[in-house]
Amino acid sequence: MEFDPLLIGRWQFGITTVYHFIMVPLTIGLGLLVAIMQTMWYRSNDEKWLRMTKFWGKLFLINFIMGVATGIVQEFQFGMAWSEYSRFVGDVFGAPLAMEALIAFFAESTFLGLWIFGWKKLPPKLHLATIWAATLGATISAYFILVANSWMQHPVGVEIVDGRPVMNDIFAVLTNNTALVTFFHVLAGSWAVAGSFLIGISWYHLWRRRHDGIDTVDADGKVVVGAGTAPGRDQTDHGVWFSSLRIGAVVGVIAFLLLAISGDIQAKLMYQQQPMKMASAEAACHSGTSLSLLSISSPGSNDCDNVRTILEIPGLLGFLANGDFSGDPVPGVIELIPQYQERYGTNLPVDDRLGDRSGQEIDYQPLMIVTYWGFRFMIGFGVLGAGASALAWWLTRKGTVPTSPALMKLAVLGITAPFLGNIAGWVFTEMGRQPFVVAPNPDASGVDGVFMFTAAALSPSTSAGELLFSVSAFTLVYAILLVVELKLITTYVRGGVVSSMPELAHEAGSDSDHTGDVLAFAY
Amino acid sequence: MLATIWFVLIAVLWFGYLLLEGFDLGVGMHMKLLARDEKERRLLLNTIGPVWDGNEVWLLTAGGATFAAFPLWYASLFSALYLPLLFVLLGLILRATAIEYRGKIDSDRWRSGWTWAMAIGSFVATFGVGAALALTTLGLPINAFGDRDGGAFAWLTVPAVVGGMAAVGFALVHGLLFIALKTDGEIRRRARTWFGNILPVAILPLVAWVLWVQFDNDTLWTWITIVLAVVAVAASYLFNRKDDEKRAFVAFALFLAFGVISIFGAVYPVVLPSTLNDAWSLTVDTASSSDYTLKVMTVVAAFGVPLVLLYQSWSYYVFRKRLTVENIPSPHSFGPAIES
Repeated sequence: MEFDPLLIGRWQFGITTVYHFIMVPLTIGLGLLVAIMQTMWYRSNDEKWLRMTKFWGKLFLINFIMGVATGIVQEFQFGMAWSEYSRFVGDVFGAPLAMEALIAFFAESTFLGLWIFGWKKLPPKLHLATIWAATLGATISAYFILVANSWMQHPVGVEIVDGRPVMNDIFAVLTNNTALVTFFHVLAGSWAVAGSFLIGISWYHLWRRRHDGIDTVDADGKVVVGAGTAPGRDQTDHGVWFSSLRIGAVVGVIAFLLLAISGDIQAKLMYQQQPMKMASAEAACHSGTSLSLLSISSPGSNDCDNVRTILEIPGLLGFLANGDFSGDPVPGVIELIPQYQERYGTNLPVDDRLGDRSGQEIDYQPLMIVTYWGFRFMIGFGVLGAGASALAWWLTRKGTVPTSPALMKLAVLGITAPFLGNIAGWVFTEMGRQPFVVAPNPDASGVDGVFMFTAAALSPSTSAGELLFSVSAFTLVYAILLVVELKLITTYVRGGVVSSMPELAHEAGSDSDHTGDVLAFAY
Repeated sequence: MLATIWFVLIAVLWFGYLLLEGFDLGVGMHMKLLARDEKERRLLLNTIGPVWDGNEVWLLTAGGATFAAFPLWYASLFSALYLPLLFVLLGLILRATAIEYRGKIDSDRWRSGWTWAMAIGSFVATFGVGAALALTTLGLPINAFGDRDGGAFAWLTVPAVVGGMAAVGFALVHGLLFIALKTDGEIRRRARTWFGNILPVAILPLVAWVLWVQFDNDTLWTWITIVLAVVAVAASYLFNRKDDEKRAFVAFALFLAFGVISIFGAVYPVVLPSTLNDAWSLTVDTASSSDYTLKVMTVVAAFGVPLVLLYQSWSYYVFRKRLTVENIPSPHSFGPAIES
């Protein structure tokens, strides 16, 4: 059986990147919230904030390590599987990656090590500073990697020398408008993830406290906080979950607003920079200004003749792209293809190093079933998450959650919404760029003539067998580790604050661990 | 000129990586070798606990800097070594999760599984990194385009095995020195004894690699650094016998430094020799980025590297205290928060 190395290579990049980006937004979002919680503790000396810091900090670490472990794969696989890409773009693309490691990753990992082991060792103020430094490192790392990615969407700061892009303006690369707005979009997406995470888990604990009869409500429906018998389930415990939930709801709503604002700017840039992506997001075969609410096509076909638009809103697409309801029609896929063929050719070059892909005809139309639905799932999950956050805020206005088990399950399930929205968004924007790995910008803002086809980016010497083996190995190991991570997170969530604060369980009796020279934390 | 500076800087990054993660990886393997019981395994794990992640970033930085400064070197080497680097990645994934997850659930089976993951992951990653470095100094079947000829296993040669064993041998003894430096009690003495016993054998593959590179190239001045490396390792051995762990560690770090200088110094200006045709070898000049990119990266490195060294040293200063088994808290066991 013949395997297409390009297809396997792309699947591998997709699988490893999507997986990596399950962990990363939670690291960025939750890291910030933990830093804020510890700041509140430092300022108020209120036990509640300490418990929140410790509990969410533990979940943060369980998740963080998976982002670290899967992150190295990302840097290595450019060279391993996409060596032609690395050769072509190395002069400009390697710089932000190196900066990410040197400026962001060192700070993130070193200061996080100091934070984990620094409890009771560092002065409180300095210890607080380490979590902020680590969070800042994580945030800066997002900036640099998005600078790299945005260069693939909107190549700037280069000139063509001997057929390759050579950097001539690092500031243009670092201030790429696509990068700046994407950075805010991704940060907001990360905060949305953290918000829903707090809501879902806190809801579960508040619900359990009611279910176990610890908290009750009075005639007005206002909470009457009680104390349970199990370690750590005292009155402070209610505050831990209630404050976490309220913070999650506020963060969720704000994040979703920022997502909408930055996403709108992104759409307008995308319309200028990558019109084909805009058209394929709409499955818009022909020019127009209507936004499709529902288009269908026969399954498995990517053929414009088969797309039928069932519901549409006149003018809205034009507004999203131009900010104008009566503006120029947004060009459709069928109108764009000849323009792309004229500018970028109809066939790949004839070159032995491309293997079976040598001289192949280029299909300029992205896989519309993915782009169309990816775009809609992204927005749909975003709106769902925003609504759920606002609803959570409203339903908990009297100090606790309703006793309904169904609502509790929904809140827990809601944790997945922003994750899925993030995934859908990335799949959309990366698949919508195809067949290019470096997308040319017909608009004058990009450097004209800088582009690369994905089909030409693969390592010429890497065999389908190697790729098949590695994609299987990654998928298997990642699947096992996802199960392990979820098991750990659920175990620690069910355990409540005591799971991350052993001292709560031992407070009553004297414990040899907490006298003398025993480490405050050890692996 | 700039390309040469970056060649030196990449050698420095690899030195930093081998010096720091070298003992991390050794400690990882020693969780299955030196450690005798659960307390000792946890003791070893916690000697590297606060610092291992920062150490690993040296690898990412070496990779990223190679990509930025020598894209053609990065592309040819990484694609040619597809399978060995895959195993490095899988090994590092196992290690990272083992360190963080091992103590998270109080169960013998859970811990035992992660101990194996830690030891095997450390071994595989060390071997793979050593093989990769040996191959980039001793040669790969690279054709005129910089692509690998000879299929998926073209890298599986004697130099690869020598390099892999060299890195493993180095990490094992380096890890022992680190353990002797960072712990107290019975295990500290045992680490010193082991170091003295296995050092002469453990560094043999490394010596073979250095000499192989030396005879493959006609660089004269690296004979001096080779002699210095021999002096340093002998000093390390003697200091260890006198129970002077600090000096033994410093001398061993110098041994590594002179070893790295000898290897990179001898191959310069070649960064990846082609075993098919000398004309196809990648050199500092043919593989490097444009002058502009190198300038930008030089400015970034000039500010970034000292800053990193500053706060990373500080973290070692904070965690300078020796650990003993008495410092390790007992495992924390908990169940779901429910009313009894």
